[in-house]
Order: sequence, then structure tokens, then C-alpha cells
Amino acid sequence: MQHLVLGLLLMLSSVGFTQNCNLTLSGRVIDMHDNSELLGATIAIIGTDIAVQTGLDGHYTINALCPNISYDLKVMHPSCDSQTFSIRLSKNTNKDFKLEHHLEELNEIIVDGTLYDLTSNTSLENKVSNETLERYQTGSLGDALKTISGITTLNKGNAIVKPMINGLHSSRIVVINNGVRMMDQEWGADHAPNIDINSIERLKVIKNASALQYSGDAIGGIIISESQKVPLMDSLYGQTALTSQSNGRGGMLSTRLTKTSTNGWFGTVQGTFKRFGDFEAADYVLSNTGVLTHNTSLRFGLNQFQKGFEVYYSYHKNKIGILRASHLHTASDQVRALSSDKPLVIRDFTYDINAPYQEVGHHLFRIKGFKKFDNFDKLNVQYDFQQNNRLEYDIRRGDDKNKAALDLKLDTHSVLIDFESSKPEGLEFKSGLLARYQTNFPNPNTGVRRLIPNYDKYDFGLYWIGNYEVSNRWTLEGGIRYDFSKMEVFKYYRTSFWESRNYDVLYSDLVVSDLGTQVGISADLTFSNLSATLGTKYKWDNYNLFFNYAMASRAPNPAELFSEGLHHAVARIELGDLGFESEIGHKFSLTFQRKGGGFGFTINPYINAVSNFILIEPTSVLETIRGNFQVWEYRQTQAQLIGLDVDAQVKLNEYFITNHQLALVKGVDKTRDLPLISMPPVQLNNEISYENSAFHKLKMSLKSDHVFAQNEFPDTNFEVYIPQTETTETVDMSTPPEAYHLLHFNSSMEFKLNKKTHLTVGLGVTNILNTSYRNYLNLQRFYADDLGRNFLLNLKLNY
Amino acid sequence: MKKQILLFPLLLVALIFTGCSDDDPPTPVNEEEVITTMTVTLTPSGGGTTVTLNFEDLDGDGPNAPVVSVSGNLTAGTTYSGVVKVENKTETPAENITEEVLEEADEHQFFFTPAGGLNVSTTYSDQDGDGNPLGVEFALSANAASSGTLTVTLRHEPTKPNTGISDAGGETDIEATFNVTVE
Repeated sequence: MQHLVLGLLLMLSSVGFTQNCNLTLSGRVIDMHDNSELLGATIAIIGTDIAVQTGLDGHYTINALCPNISYDLKVMHPSCDSQTFSIRLSKNTNKDFKLEHHLEELNEIIVDGTLYDLTSNTSLENKVSNETLERYQTGSLGDALKTISGITTLNKGNAIVKPMINGLHSSRIVVINNGVRMMDQEWGADHAPNIDINSIERLKVIKNASALQYSGDAIGGIIISESQKVPLMDSLYGQTALTSQSNGRGGMLSTRLTKTSTNGWFGTVQGTFKRFGDFEAADYVLSNTGVLTHNTSLRFGLNQFQKGFEVYYSYHKNKIGILRASHLHTASDQVRALSSDKPLVIRDFTYDINAPYQEVGHHLFRIKGFKKFDNFDKLNVQYDFQQNNRLEYDIRRGDDKNKAALDLKLDTHSVLIDFESSKPEGLEFKSGLLARYQTNFPNPNTGVRRLIPNYDKYDFGLYWIGNYEVSNRWTLEGGIRYDFSKMEVFKYYRTSFWESRNYDVLYSDLVVSDLGTQVGISADLTFSNLSATLGTKYKWDNYNLFFNYAMASRAPNPAELFSEGLHHAVARIELGDLGFESEIGHKFSLTFQRKGGGFGFTINPYINAVSNFILIEPTSVLETIRGNFQVWEYRQTQAQLIGLDVDAQVKLNEYFITNHQLALVKGVDKTRDLPLISMPPVQLNNEISYENSAFHKLKMSLKSDHVFAQNEFPDTNFEVYIPQTETTETVDMSTPPEAYHLLHFNSSMEFKLNKKTHLTVGLGVTNILNTSYRNYLNLQRFYADDLGRNFLLNLKLNY
Repeated sequence: MKKQILLFPLLLVALIFTGCSDDDPPTPVNEEEVITTMTVTLTPSGGGTTVTLNFEDLDGDGPNAPVVSVSGNLTAGTTYSGVVKVENKTETPAENITEEVLEEADEHQFFFTPAGGLNVSTTYSDQDGDGNPLGVEFALSANAASSGTLTVTLRHEPTKPNTGISDAGGETDIEATFNVTVE
């Protein structure tokens, strides 16, 4: 590699001018545990723009250093703790730096200091290790994130998996994919993020809204998926993984190839194909739960220290079957389904995916460029385009049989301009602006009234964030952001609904056409949102203490504003409200962390107070020609979530490590003094792992997941008269399932095939005891058990 | 250099904010599958007054309650031949959904359930392609003077054959209950 970019002139003028600066510092960055060379480690000189990366052999070289000046070097690697070293040179010097590799994924602060990445310094960034990403290759983003304490998932079956951070999900969570905020109809409880887990190289979570450069509305938190930095060297490397699994009788093939060069040009191609048939619970086949996924991504660009650009494109397509037995119509169908302890439809295993199913395609294109000025200032410019096409197929009659019942096309264009400055004095800041245009097109050819109306949306945002290192130990951070959004909506309302809500009086000026049974309205909705963050971090010895306050404001999503009809997925009528205002969340989080040594822990209590919190609750039972339906209406209230996430890690000896996690959260609707619906129950996870790096890097682990029963929930049961049996039945849609305990086993070994190639073989078993269980946060729980035992065999070739 | 970099995104912003507006309002969607109306016509086999049961819910799953009407009472000891007609009146002219039910006879079945003391009995008069009952046509015997309810249910994708609604499964497309008197 031998590459160097120097901002030397300026540095010279600031440190002196008498010396002859021609010294070279070189050496290797190595792993403290096994002395292996670390590829892609960054060595940066603090307070300057000088930074180099290590190549495949772990070597680095920094040229043109001055004699007799004390340099502070920061040595960083994505999977290690960063270290700071002081060095004073008098001649060309060779020095090796040792970094401590993360033992496991005990939540680490990855980026210590902000030389490259100003995300959030005073909130804990929870990183998902590459090992975990690989373990969940056949699953989804949510499955991997779940390994972080305080993160649960809201599921519909096992293939539609939505991440949930400290009890909040959907529109309250922002997902950033390669610098692009995902726009994929995230308001739906059964709409999972459109990211292929195999395309993710680095994954982290911030459990609050403090990362204001991305958004101001992440009341729940933010999930960031990034690409790995590429080394500046001539190389071609890749990875191919093949996983097969017994449950679903399918597997996954994924491959990635990267070409890099010393002059900074690089390119990566990646592809994934995944296919499963019907999954199985402990005792029966979950009919129509097959999955078919394709993903392709391409990235290329030029990366130098002074300037660079990058183009990224990905296409993700997912076809997911919905459990046949979960498709029902009326309250009396619900009664039949709930009273049966098995799904009402169980068929033989098949790979076919029939209605009901979802088919979602997502294109993401991004071009970004950066240029540095004066070595300390950096300008980033980014344009991105996304197209999300969501098709949902229902069980239909006649000519409509093969027609989608929901067909939404969402196009989003964004432009972001950021300016970063990291002056040596300790103050670093970043500010920027965002402009975004979005258009939603619900295809009328479905023959079903539009669930989400046509709209054009314009967003404009401005932010400033900064942090100041008061001392080596103490950092302060603050930020502020303003977002303006305007939504131009055209929607047809049912006349009966329009009148029953008194909209004909309140919003009479919005009506542009009256078709008798429907009225067409044209509305311009505007929202002005302010968000801010303030935090501090103090570190001493092995300890870190973080405190962060984040205020987030979120405009209501289209479902909350415009719903007015039957939601087939849950067999209920859902009604939104045109008059909703923005939600405002105030989250205070405190994190106390101990790292290193034989014992590490993180304790993270938090409180999140949300005003104008939008929730949905049952209000009545409506009689229609199809039978009785429960009516659920959105309402705004004052909500409060209090919780605690605890992680601990104990190194028993050279080989054995135990990991422990506890997460609890309590959500309350303060206005009515009721528990919030769908709050994650208390969870306790314990794992013991054995690792022998001398013997083919053998790893074995046994994990126990205990999920307690949720005993705080709003009672949303209702009674319905069944005319055929002349009985009145209670439809119990609220009582959570019982507690359950699952055991999982995982193992892997590595074999060196030649100097550059190694093969990793992994074997895993999930739900070893084939336990039958139902999860409170799975919408399918009313109709079927969750997944039964599963064997996984994983082969991975690195070359 | 700096200026050029700034100009490019500004140009993009300008394009985005000006280029994309079309002002034609979207076309309204009429629900194609919705069933708004069910009419059961009961014709006495020996001649006499036809009795019509009508259940109509023009706004589908909108907030308005369905309108139910029964044209008259049944006569004890009489056998009626019944015909069920289902329609979608949100379209003009109204779409006859019965035709679709007949086309997909093997995926549908009507069930007739007397309750609350109503003394009537029904038998199927038609069959699907597999010889299983369908129920668009049926016979109803008004046995003795009584009153109660008659519920007509249309199930989509029921288990066929079945012994009645209790083991039919499938999803409910229509569930209409009428107050009926036999005199």
C-alpha cells in the first residue's frame, strides 16, 4: 500500500518551520490476542488530517514526519478498541501497534473520537459483530439486531421481521442503508425493512435520536448499515457463503467480490439468493410461509484522503408467503381460529407461495462525493434515489384472483449536503441540509380502494451537531435540527365515513369532487419539527459514563392520518385522523460501562416521554354484510416508556466466556393510565462460549433465551354474537402468550486452504428442544406456534 | 471548485422541486369485490306470495349499519324454493356477484342456519362440479308456526364436502341474519 495523503503544509505552519520533515514511521498493526495482522486499521495523527490504513499484511507507513515533535496517534479498527499512542521521532522508526480485538460483541463504542465518523459520542453505539451477521445469514436484519439487549422484533411469521428498539418500532425507527434513509412504507406493522442482511458489512444501533445528521424523527432510535472501508492497495478479495437449513428446507447463497487499488479506485459486487419452502412449528407445517429473496448490490468509487466519490446501487426483492391460516375475515372467523389450538389450515410441505403473500422490490441508488479543504474541513454531497414497489396479494374472487390487492409505488429523491470541521483544538462539528421529494402512487387497478392515498411530499431539513473534548476524559456533545415537511394529498373518502367523523364540517373546504358514495379531497398538510440533543461522556480507567438527552419530533405517517377501512392482515377496521399533530419524544438515557479485563458490563436505564404519541386501540364493533368487525381508531396521548438494558460478560479463563443480557421496558399511556399495547416482555439471555484460537479457531456456544410472559397489556377483548351457534363469544386478541425458554447451539471452525484462502464451517441448532411457543410480538401468534427446531450448516469461503 | 460542488446539488434540488407536478386528480376506485347486497327470494312451490329477504350495506366496511328487510311471513307447512343473489351496488350498473360464485362453485358454499326457535329446514338444490352442495338454489320447508332468525352465510374456500357450517372452515364473505316468522 505505502500510501500517504498529507495535509502537511498547514501542519507545518502550525507546529514550526525549522525542521526538515522527512522521517518515516512504519510498522504493523496486530491483534493483541493472536498476533495476527489487522487489515484495514487506520492510523491517524490527532489534530491533523494525516491518516493511513494498513494493507492485507497489516503494514502501514507514514512519511514526512518531523523530528522532535510529539505526535498523538490514534489507531483504530472496526472490530477493536481504539488506542491512542504518543510518539516522538528522531529517526526513521519501525513500530508495531497492538489492538485488542473485541472479545465478543459486548457493546463497544466503535468510533472513539470523530476523525471519520461523527455519529453520536454521548450515546452508546451498539454494534452487531460480523460473526453475528454471518450467523443470521438465512434470516433478516431484525434477527441479527435482536442480539443486542433492548432490541426485539415485531414479526408477522418468521420472515417479516421489524426491529423494535426499547419498545418502539415502524415509523419511530429510522433505518440508514449506506448513508440513505430507507423509504419503504415503514408505517405498516407487517412491512419489514428492505435490506438483505448479506449486503450489510457493518451494522450498529443507536437507541435514541441523537444522530441528528440522519434524521430528527427517530423517537425509537436509529439503525445504521454501512459498507466496510476499503484498503488503499492493489488487491482482489471476496467471500462466498452457502447456508442450508432444515426448517424451511432451503438455504442461501451469497457472494461478494471487492477490487481495490493503491490509487484509491475500488469496486464491490455482491449478490444473494435465498429460498425456503413452508417453515415448520414444533408439531405442524406452517402452510404458505415460503420465502424467495434476491439481492444485488454494486459499489464503486474513488477514495482518497482529499477527495473521493462513491456510487452505490442495490436492488432487493422479497416474496414472502403469509400463513394461510392467519387470513380471515370476520369476528366469527376469529372466534373459530382462536378456539383452535392448531392453525385451521395445515397442508403438506411445499415450496409454492400462494396468496396471501407480499412481493416487495426496492431500488436504491446513491452517489456521493467529498472534498477536503484546509485538511480540517470536509464537504460531502449526496444524491439518492429510491423506488419501493409493494405488492400484496390477497385471496380474491373471480377476475381479481391474480391481481394485487395493494400496489404502492413510492419514489424518493434526496439531496444532502454536509460540512464537517474538526479543528485540532477539540471542537468538531458537522452541519448540513437535506432536501427531499417523495411521491406515492397507489395503483387504482387493484380494484380495492386505496389504503394509502396519492401524495407528493417535500421535506427540507437543516442541522448542526458538534462535540467538544473538554479533556481527554470528558466530552460534551450537542445538536439541533429543524425539519419542514409538506404533504400534498389527494384522497377519496367514503362519504359515510367523511360525514360520521364530522369532516364535512371541519374540512369542507378540502372537498374537490363529490361522487355520491365517495368524496375526493385535496389537502396540503404541513409539519414543522424541531429536534435536539445534548450529551456528555466521561471516561476513567476501564469505565465510561454516558448521559444523553434527545428530543425527536415525528410527523404522523400516512396510515395514522388516512386509514379508513378494513385492514385484511389483522381482520379489523382501522381509522386514522386527518387532524393529528407531530409526536414529540424526550428520551433521557444513562449508560455506565466497564470494559476490558475479565469482567465487563453495560447498564443502560432510560426514560422516554412522548407527547402526542399515536396509538391504535379498539373502540367498537361494526356490523357489516360480511359480519362483525372490531373497529380500531388511532388516538394521540401522552406516553411514557421506562426501561433498563443490561449486558455483562465474564471471562472465566482462556477458553470460556459467558455473556448475559437483561432487557425490560414498561410503557404507559399516561392520559388513560393504561399499559401500552405490544410492549416487549422481560427477556433474559445467557450464553456460554468456548473458543480455542489455536485449534482451527474453534468456537462453540450454548445460548439460553428466556422470555417472560407480558403481564401488562391493555384489555382489547370484545364480545361477539355468533348467530349460527346462538352464542356470545369473547374474542381474546389481547392476552399475551405464556413465558417460554429456548436453547440454541452454535459452532464454527476455520481451515486454511492456502495463504489467502480459508474456509469456515459452521453448524448450529436453534430451538434445540423443539419447544412449542408463541411470541407476544408476533402477529401470527393468534393462529400458530412459532418455529420449531432448526439445523443450520454454513460454509464460508474467504479468498 | 467549491462553487461548482455547491452548484450541482442546488441544481438537483431545483429540478426536484419544480419538475414533478401533475395536477390530474387520480381516478376513483370502486371496490370490485365488495358485496353490498344479498337478496334471498323464497317462492312457495304450490303458488302464493313470494317472500323476499334483503340485506344491504352500501358503504361496505364504512360506518353505516346494514339495512335488513323481510317482505313478509312464511306459511307453515309450505315448501319454498329459494334463490340467493349477491350484488355489488357500488358499481353502476350493479355487478352480479352470484355469477362469480357460480363460476367458482367449488370454492364457495352458502349455509342456512335457523336459530332462536325458528322451525324451518333447508336442503341444497344445486351442486358444484364435484357434486358437493353450493346453495345458490335451495329448498326451505316452513315446518310449524314459530319465529326466530335465519342466518345466511357465504364461505370462501370452505372444506368440501363438510357436514355443515361447524366444520366447513374457510373465510366468511357474507353473514346476514334475518328475523323470520312462520305463521
